[in-house]
Amino acid sequence: MSVLTTKGATMRFGGVVAVDDLNIEVERGEIVALIGPNGAGKTTAFNMITGVYTPTEGDVLFNKDGGKDMRTITGKRPDLITKMGIARTFQNIRLFGEMTVLDNVMIAQHLHIKSGLFGAVIGWPRYYKEERRMKDGALALLERVGLLEEAYELSTSLPYGKQRRLEIARALATEPSLLLLDEPAAGMNPTETLELTEFVRQIRDEFDLTVLLIEHHMQIVMDISDRIYVLDFGKTIARGTPEEIQNNERVIEAYLGVADVD
Amino acid sequence: MSKESKSPYLPATTQKHKGLSRTLSIVVLAAFAVFLYMANSGKILGSYELRIIRLCGVYAIAALSMNLVNGFTGQFSLGQAGFMAIGAYVTSLFIIPTAQKTAMYYVEPIAPWVESLQAPFIVALIIGGLVAALAAFLIGFPVLRLRGDYLAIATLGFSEIIRIFITNMIPITNGSLGLKNIPDTANVWWTTIAVAIVVIFMLRLMKTSYGRSFKAIRDDDVAAEAMGISLFRHKMLSFVIGGFLAGISGGLLASVVGAITPIYFRFTLAYEILLIVVLGGQGSITGSVVGACILTVAREWLRFMDNGFSIGPLTVPPIAGMRMLVFSILLMIIILFYRRGLFGSNEFSWAGLLRVIKSIPQGIKRLFTRKAKAEGGGS
Repeated sequence: MSVLTTKGATMRFGGVVAVDDLNIEVERGEIVALIGPNGAGKTTAFNMITGVYTPTEGDVLFNKDGGKDMRTITGKRPDLITKMGIARTFQNIRLFGEMTVLDNVMIAQHLHIKSGLFGAVIGWPRYYKEERRMKDGALALLERVGLLEEAYELSTSLPYGKQRRLEIARALATEPSLLLLDEPAAGMNPTETLELTEFVRQIRDEFDLTVLLIEHHMQIVMDISDRIYVLDFGKTIARGTPEEIQNNERVIEAYLGVADVD
Repeated sequence: MSKESKSPYLPATTQKHKGLSRTLSIVVLAAFAVFLYMANSGKILGSYELRIIRLCGVYAIAALSMNLVNGFTGQFSLGQAGFMAIGAYVTSLFIIPTAQKTAMYYVEPIAPWVESLQAPFIVALIIGGLVAALAAFLIGFPVLRLRGDYLAIATLGFSEIIRIFITNMIPITNGSLGLKNIPDTANVWWTTIAVAIVVIFMLRLMKTSYGRSFKAIRDDDVAAEAMGISLFRHKMLSFVIGGFLAGISGGLLASVVGAITPIYFRFTLAYEILLIVVLGGQGSITGSVVGACILTVAREWLRFMDNGFSIGPLTVPPIAGMRMLVFSILLMIIILFYRRGLFGSNEFSWAGLLRVIKSIPQGIKRLFTRKAKAEGGGS
């Protein structure tokens, strides 16, 4: 019942192997973490899954409902992959800066729209209904993530923690079944971090999601994940439950940085 | 017009002054319509002034077309001159009377199917726009894969290719001799109403989901694509609509100037339009309209400079091109003070105008205090 499977996904940039033979499997409803030191290839792995990069070798398979027949999404265009049900947030926040908070969320619903451009400009009843639905949906999402009061503010005027939450709200607006979070706790203070853990669990249950996340904050990772994959220099050096990972020699060596002095 | 949901989170001021703003707008627009009516009947303005007003309209549409692609969708395209040329030629060939067409083509005889083309002005204009849009569609496939400067160079190149095609398709376009005796149908009403339609279209478009998607691509194309927006499809939509509008403005231009040659549509025309867009503000619809008016009027008004003038004791002899020099300096001054153009990415509003007026005294004060400080520091 896996939602996402990568089979030997490898990404080379010239001579550099950013991700080497990545084999991950994410079951429906799970929260899975991808951890590892900087430059381990975590974000590259995300980019392969979401279609930003086409893997040099290997396959990425996806099934929205976690069924048996998984379809390959290797090398598909990012917007088509999003349409199939994978949404993401970005490590360095990428909001639409010159737009309001509400518009940011409404844009993520554009993929569901059926009216054409001219129907929209003329104000055709069907488009009017769709616009209404998008707006209501976006406002509901903003209320859910606690940003309703800022709905008409410029997205970049929000404080950092709220910008992160807005990115998640925006990703949710595409109605995904798999949500990829790239360092959701980066730059958050301890209280916000604590809230985040709870928040991710809640949205997982509420929106019937599967979550794959990259995170450096160990407390969150150990707290939230059902399973963990550890990458180092592109290679998967460990996989398992949080307890297993915490007691894994190689992980401690690679991640806590036991010095191999040269 | 549209029933905005009365959200408690909307800023209070926008709701409070809505009625007043609307009344003011209607009054000003009505006054403008009366003025146009009087002007068109030849009571206030001569044909020269009327021509300038018409040109303002033509350039406003061209600028809006470029603003849609550059300012709203964030794709640096310089192909507008080519699309305008297509619009101008197609429209002209449909509206020049057959007899005059036959007489004009003396280098090579006119192709029979071109000779027989005839249509009312409005139809000719729309066909011109559609052909330009088709050209934009075809060019879009290769060039819209490019970004930034590369896109600018590629579109500029295609625009020149269009012009060279026009120069060499002599049986159809009369080559470098161009077309003459284009009927003077596009009076102030035509151009003003065309501008109004395009402005309303743009304002509506930018409020729709498609308009938001264009802006999303401008703000961050990686994020836009990750949110399920097909970059190619939306860039193409914007590019094709831009091509259509440029074609319309070209058709109007042909009718206003009465005679066109391929030289008219060189890349310098694209720069002129870009200048209007940057001056008015990228991503501002009112900016493009105001920018077009300022530029067109200023260029004509500064004509007196070419004939020599005197400021107090200083007498400047007649120098050809003097006005362009002064014109360029004025532009530089404006851009220095308004980095993001006169309007930035905002639209005109009465509240905004009031704010600007209120800030003038303070601005002057600041100007003087800064000067005083600078002098103090110098001693």
